[in-house]
Amino acid sequence: MSYQNQTSDLLVVENLTTTFNTARGPLPAVGGVSFTLGRNATLGVVGESGSGKTVLSRTIMGLQPRVNVEVGGSVLLDGHQIVGATDDNLREIWGTTVAMIFQDPMTSLNPVTKVGKQIGESLRIRLGMSKAEAKTRAIELLNLVGISSPAERYDAFPTQLSGGMRQRVMIAIALACNPTLLMADEPTTGLDVTIQAQILNLLDGLQAERQMSVMLVTHDLGVVATRTDQIIVMYAGRIVEMGSTRDVFLNHRMPYTRALLESTPRVSNPSHTRLKTIPGRPPNLLKLQQGCAFAPRCSRATEQCSIERPLLQPAAAQGHMFACWNPLDSGSGDIQRSSNVAVSAPTTLSQAVTPQPTTTEIGDDYER
Amino acid sequence: MTEQSINETSPEVVEQPEKKEPLGVFFWLCLSWLILVAVGAIFGNLLPIPDPNEMLSMPNEGMSAAHWLGTDALGRDIFSRIVIGSRISLTISIGSMAIGFGVGGTLGMLAAFRRGILDLVATSIAFMFLAFPSIIGVIAVLSFWHPASLGKITLVVGITSIPLVYRVVRAATLATASKEYVTAAKVMGARDRRILFRELLPNVAPTALSFLLFGLATVVVFEGILAFLGLSLPPYLAPSWGNLINESRDAITSTPRNWFLIVFPSLALCLFVLCLNFVGDRLRSYFDVTEVKL
Repeated sequence: MSYQNQTSDLLVVENLTTTFNTARGPLPAVGGVSFTLGRNATLGVVGESGSGKTVLSRTIMGLQPRVNVEVGGSVLLDGHQIVGATDDNLREIWGTTVAMIFQDPMTSLNPVTKVGKQIGESLRIRLGMSKAEAKTRAIELLNLVGISSPAERYDAFPTQLSGGMRQRVMIAIALACNPTLLMADEPTTGLDVTIQAQILNLLDGLQAERQMSVMLVTHDLGVVATRTDQIIVMYAGRIVEMGSTRDVFLNHRMPYTRALLESTPRVSNPSHTRLKTIPGRPPNLLKLQQGCAFAPRCSRATEQCSIERPLLQPAAAQGHMFACWNPLDSGSGDIQRSSNVAVSAPTTLSQAVTPQPTTTEIGDDYER
Repeated sequence: MTEQSINETSPEVVEQPEKKEPLGVFFWLCLSWLILVAVGAIFGNLLPIPDPNEMLSMPNEGMSAAHWLGTDALGRDIFSRIVIGSRISLTISIGSMAIGFGVGGTLGMLAAFRRGILDLVATSIAFMFLAFPSIIGVIAVLSFWHPASLGKITLVVGITSIPLVYRVVRAATLATASKEYVTAAKVMGARDRRILFRELLPNVAPTALSFLLFGLATVVVFEGILAFLGLSLPPYLAPSWGNLINESRDAITSTPRNWFLIVFPSLALCLFVLCLNFVGDRLRSYFDVTEVKL
């Protein structure tokens, strides 16, 4: 395994494909994805349900199922090749180089083990700490993720904690071995909105504090709007638009990105505004058309769209790419610009309910 | 992000339940009965009770101070025969469950965890055996494998229970292994052995324990069936609960006033099975940490 220069990109994904061999034929859940993620950067991956976000993040970790799956391309994580690596190889980087916060805090904690033990476990396995050291550190971590009276909570079983606290425990477990890359797969989906904001702010603070990179997988644009440097928009297992958060929000070229943004509720809208929805459903990946996967649902689709699949092409801004034959005009993101308020309910609601000392996330949206 | 906002107090603090619901008087009653039976089985010879194999009195005598539960057709003391009889019943049930869980439980966990060829082969074989009524198999083997002995009966019943245990443990393990926390443990760097013992076993254990207690009780009854068919230990060697019931069958059909011959051994068997199940159930819910008790 070659070890690359520390200053190089942390994560280099090249033409990654994950195909499930189902009884009804191959299902390309991830169909050729390439991107890079630098150190100490935050990447948001957005898309509808079934767009391949979760499979992508699991494949990057080497967690795809072992049977009936074919993975192609390359994932270089801090110099380690993930594609084709065995569990024994991966165990060297799991926890220390890359860690994951799972989607559902209700099922991600072992119900019969005390939460403190579950945090301490990886410390003992990976860092070889003694029992006492691990306990001290676990309590520190519980404190770090904002759990009150951590020493008492150390002995709690998961069922004695609420969803928000369990997700904090999950974050503590993921942070235990100081990972360089933290994968957060819809970390707030199972939580109610006020807790969502707390968890996301916590992640944000920890990311800055610990100089780690975060890959935030979500279907909620409000989550990524103010907390990411870069955004990848996925549709049907492929990247349809990627770029800096600002470019994707303000200068998006791909109609799908626009549609996603328009279907997000905003506080600047007058009350009782009907939300725009994207007509139709995500395509069946078993029966992908040869053209653009979004074409059947796209208002701008032309004949060309159903014949030939558009490739990612660079937009005006550096690093901003989109895949569309009939892109929106650059700078057409004005639908967002007119408002100076938040992008979606979670952020705004949290603002209303729990006043935050830092207002950067809302006031000057996208300006990070 | 300031330190202050990271450590904002979480409003969603749930108070830990301080006291658990007590086990209850009935639990302790049942447990005492089980302990009493166990003591009788282990120290039966040392107890100041009449010799179970000695003809001490007139046959079919009713209850008296000398013979608490009366005497059987050969004038033997029924009480001491029940006490000693528990020995055979318990040995067979504990022994066969040890075999069943030792082989079936281990295989079930491994198969569900590793999947692949081991799972395929083991599951196919187990389901093949499950397709036959096990009692017929046991009867067939024991009819030809003479003479019956404690070891043989335990072994045959134990082997019969392997596919049943295998199926239950495998299913419980499969359900647990697909949970996210097993993946989470893996991503934390836990090795297979650790996942098996730390993540899977504690979650499979409650299911396995309930099945174990159920199995213990079933085998006690099963031995009764074998004895009823005359396939268990010959009654002159040692009485078992099943033997006692079987022996008294003829006695009561001819003379119903000898009801005590069959009622007390049956009562002993029923009470034992009932207590075992109740104690098991109560213990399981007492130590269950996966349910919030409000």
